[in-house]
Amino acid sequence: MLNMIDKVWIIPALMAVSFLVILFFGKRWGTKVTAGIGIASVSICLILSVVVAGNWINRVNNPPTGTALAAEIVQANGLTPQTGQTISEEVNAATKDSGETVATDSYGASDESVPPVVRTVTWFQIGGLQFEMGTLVDGLAAMMLITVCIISLLVHIYSTEYLRGDVRFTHYYAFLSLFTASMLFYVLSSNTLQMLMGWELVGVCSFGLIGHWWEEKKNTDAALKAFLTNRVGDIGLILGVIITFFAAGGSSFNVLHLNEYALSGNANTTLLLVGALCLFGGVTSKSGQFPLHTWLPDAMAGPTPVSALIHAATMVVAGVYLIARLYGVFFSGLAIGSSTFHYVAFIGGFTTIIGGLLAFVQTDLKKVLAYSTISQLGYMVMALGVGAWTAGVFHLFTHAFFKACLFLGAGSVAHACHHTFDMREMGGLRKKMPVTHATFLIATLALAGIFPLAGFWSKDEILAGSANGQENAYTIMLIFGLITAFLTAAYMGRAYWMTFWGKYRGHAHPHESPRVITVPLIILAGCAVVLGFTNFPKSFFGFKLPGSFTTRFEHFVEPTFAFPPIAHAPFTPWLAIASTILAAGGLFVAYQYYEKNRGPHGLTSRSKIAHAGYTFLENKYYLDNLYTGVIAGSTTGPLARAANWSNQNIIDGAVNGIGNGARKIAGVVYAVADQIIIDGAVNGSGQGSEGAGQLLRKIQTGKVQQYASILFAGAVVLAGVLVFVV
Amino acid sequence: MFLNQFLLLAAILFCIGVYGVLARKNGVLVLMSIELILNAVNINLVAFGAYWHVNDLANVSGQVFALFVIAVAAAEVGVGLALVLLIYRNRQSINIDDVDMLKG
Repeated sequence: MLNMIDKVWIIPALMAVSFLVILFFGKRWGTKVTAGIGIASVSICLILSVVVAGNWINRVNNPPTGTALAAEIVQANGLTPQTGQTISEEVNAATKDSGETVATDSYGASDESVPPVVRTVTWFQIGGLQFEMGTLVDGLAAMMLITVCIISLLVHIYSTEYLRGDVRFTHYYAFLSLFTASMLFYVLSSNTLQMLMGWELVGVCSFGLIGHWWEEKKNTDAALKAFLTNRVGDIGLILGVIITFFAAGGSSFNVLHLNEYALSGNANTTLLLVGALCLFGGVTSKSGQFPLHTWLPDAMAGPTPVSALIHAATMVVAGVYLIARLYGVFFSGLAIGSSTFHYVAFIGGFTTIIGGLLAFVQTDLKKVLAYSTISQLGYMVMALGVGAWTAGVFHLFTHAFFKACLFLGAGSVAHACHHTFDMREMGGLRKKMPVTHATFLIATLALAGIFPLAGFWSKDEILAGSANGQENAYTIMLIFGLITAFLTAAYMGRAYWMTFWGKYRGHAHPHESPRVITVPLIILAGCAVVLGFTNFPKSFFGFKLPGSFTTRFEHFVEPTFAFPPIAHAPFTPWLAIASTILAAGGLFVAYQYYEKNRGPHGLTSRSKIAHAGYTFLENKYYLDNLYTGVIAGSTTGPLARAANWSNQNIIDGAVNGIGNGARKIAGVVYAVADQIIIDGAVNGSGQGSEGAGQLLRKIQTGKVQQYASILFAGAVVLAGVLVFVV
Repeated sequence: MFLNQFLLLAAILFCIGVYGVLARKNGVLVLMSIELILNAVNINLVAFGAYWHVNDLANVSGQVFALFVIAVAAAEVGVGLALVLLIYRNRQSINIDDVDMLKG
C-alpha cells in the first residue's frame, strides 16, 4: 500500500496550492472552474487522508518493535541520544511484555506503545535552539484529516448551489481552500508553535468568511466580534505555549516532548497547571466555552455552508483537539486522574447547560444550532475534563457529521424560504422538502442521542465516563450531562417542529432544493446513522460482538504513546436507558408544547419569575452587555480621559518642546552653518570658477590660426623636451 | 646614401607649410599650406623607406605609405575646399579671421 504517512505534508500543501490558484486565476477562469479546482483538491486530499488512515491502522495492527521502535521514538521526540536511551529502554520493556499479546490477538494488544509518525525539518535556529516544522500522524490526526476532508468536500459541493451568482464567489472558494489547508496544517502539527500558527490561520479564515457579505454592517460586526473575542483567548494560548515550553525544559515545542515531560512524574505540576489553564483560555474562545462563547452565535452571519464547516464541524473543535493533543499536559496539570473537580471539566459542564438553555429563546434556526454547538462543545470539553478522552474525541467525530448535516439542512431550508432563518416564518416544510426534512430529522435524533444513531453512542460514552470516571466519580458533571441530554432533545424538538410541522407561515414558495444540496445532506445523514457503530461497546446489554468489531475507534484513535493512563468506562446500561428516556422526554415535551400547544403557554406574561428568566435568557445572560457595556464601556471612558490628559500634557508637551528646541537649533544652524559655511563654499566656488573663466576666455579667440600657433608651439616644446631632456 | 638632403628639403617644406597655415588669411592658401606639410612628411617617408631598405629594393613600404597619405590628403582637401566654399557662400569672403564664432 502507498505509504502516505511520511509525506502527509502534501495534503495541506495541496489545499494551499488550490488557494493560490483560485486566488490568482479564479476570476479569470470563472465560477465553474473555481469550484472545480476546490472540489478536485479536496477530493484528492480526502483520498490521501483515507490512505493515511489506512497506513495508521496498518501500523497499529503491525506495530514497529525492538530497535526500529526505539529509533522511531527518538526521531519522534527529536531528543538527544542520552535522553532517548532511557526512553528506548522503557519502550523495550514495554514491547517485551506485549510481545505475547501480539502473537495471540492482534486486536487486543492495547498495552503496547505505537508511537506517532513524526517527520520534521528544521525551520530556523536561534540561540542554539532549533525550531522545527513537521507533521505528526497518529489516530487522532488521521481521524481529524478524514473528518475535515469529508465535510470540507461536501461543503464545497453544496456551496456551488448555495452561493450561485454570489459577487465574491471566487473569494469564497479561495477562503474555503485556505481554511481547509490551515485546518489540515493545524491537525498535523508536530509542535505547539506550529499549532499556534494553524490556530491563527483558521481564525483569519473564520473572520474572512463570517464577513463574507460585508456590505451589511451586522456581518462585519459579527466578524470583528469573532476575531476580537478569539484574540482574548489567543493571548492565553500564546502564554500557555510559552509556559509549557519552559516548563518542559525550554528545549522543544514538540507535542510528544511536552506530553512526556508532563507525565514523567518529576514534572512541575504547578507550572503545568498554569500552562494548562492558559491553554484553556485559547480553548475557551475558539471552542466557544463559557464565558467567551458569545462570538459563535453571531458568527452565523456568515454563509451557511461556512457555518457548517467552520463553526460547527471543524474550526470550533480546534480547542477540543488542542486538549486532546496535549492531554498529558492537561492531565497532570489539572490532576484529572485524581481530583473530583477542576476548572476545565466544570466549564465544559457549565457551558453545555448555558448553551442548551439559550437555544430555547432563539427564533433564528441557525442560532439554535449555534447554541447547540456551544452546548455540544461543552460536552466534549467536559468529557476530556473527566478523563474520558475517547468519549470526548468520539463525540467530536460524530458531532461533526450530524451538526454539519443540521446546518446544511438549515441552509437548504433557507435557500427555499428566501434566505430567512426565522423559524416563525417557516413551518409545514416536511411535505414540501421531503429530503431535507428526512435528513434533518435523522440529524436531530442523532444530536438528541436516540438509539442507534451516532449521537447516542458518543453521548452515552461521555455520560458513562463522567459516572464511572477516573478513580473518583465526577458526579456533578454527570448531572450536567443528563440535564443537557434533556435540553438538547427539547430545543432540537422545538426547532424541528417549528420548522417542519404545522402550517407554513412565510411568504415564499418553498420547494425541495436541487441535488447538489440534498446529496451532501443524505451523505451526512448516512454518516450520522452509521458512525456511532465505529465505537460499539464491548458489551451492549450483555450483547457481545467479536473483539475485532468493538471499540474500534478507541483502539485506533486513542494514543498509546506519551499518553496518561486513563480508565475506560464500560457501557453502563442504566445510564443509557436514563439518557434515552431523558432525550425522548425532551422531544415529547417539545412536541406537546410547540406542536400541540399544550402546557403552560403564556407563562412568561403571567409569572414574574418566568418572565425574568426569559428576559435573562433572551439577553444571553447579559454577557454581551457586560463585555461591550460594562467592561468596554467602563474602560473606554476613563481610558479616553486618561488618553486625552496624557495627550494634552505629556505628548503635546513633548511634541511642543521638541518643536521649539528644533526651531532654536534650526535658527543657529541657519545663521552659521547654512549662511556662512555652506553658502560661502557655494558662492566661493562659483566666484572662483567665474574668475578662472574670465581669465581663460581671453585665449578663446575663435581664430583658428591662433589655435594652430599654440598647437605648434606646444609641439615644439614637446620636441625640445624629447630631444634635450630625454 | 644622402639622407640629409631629403630631410633638409622636407624640413624646409614643412616650415613653409607651417608658416602658410599660421600666417595666411586666405582659406584656400591655408589648405595649400597643409598640402605642403603633408608632402614634407611624404618626402620623409620615402627617404626613410629607401634608407632602411637599401639592401632590399623590393620592399616599398615607405613609398606605399606615402601613397596612402596622398590619398588621404586628396580627401582632406576635398572636404576643406567644400568648407571654404560654404564659408564663401555665407560670408562672401574666405578670410578665415572672419570665421571667429567660437570666440569665448
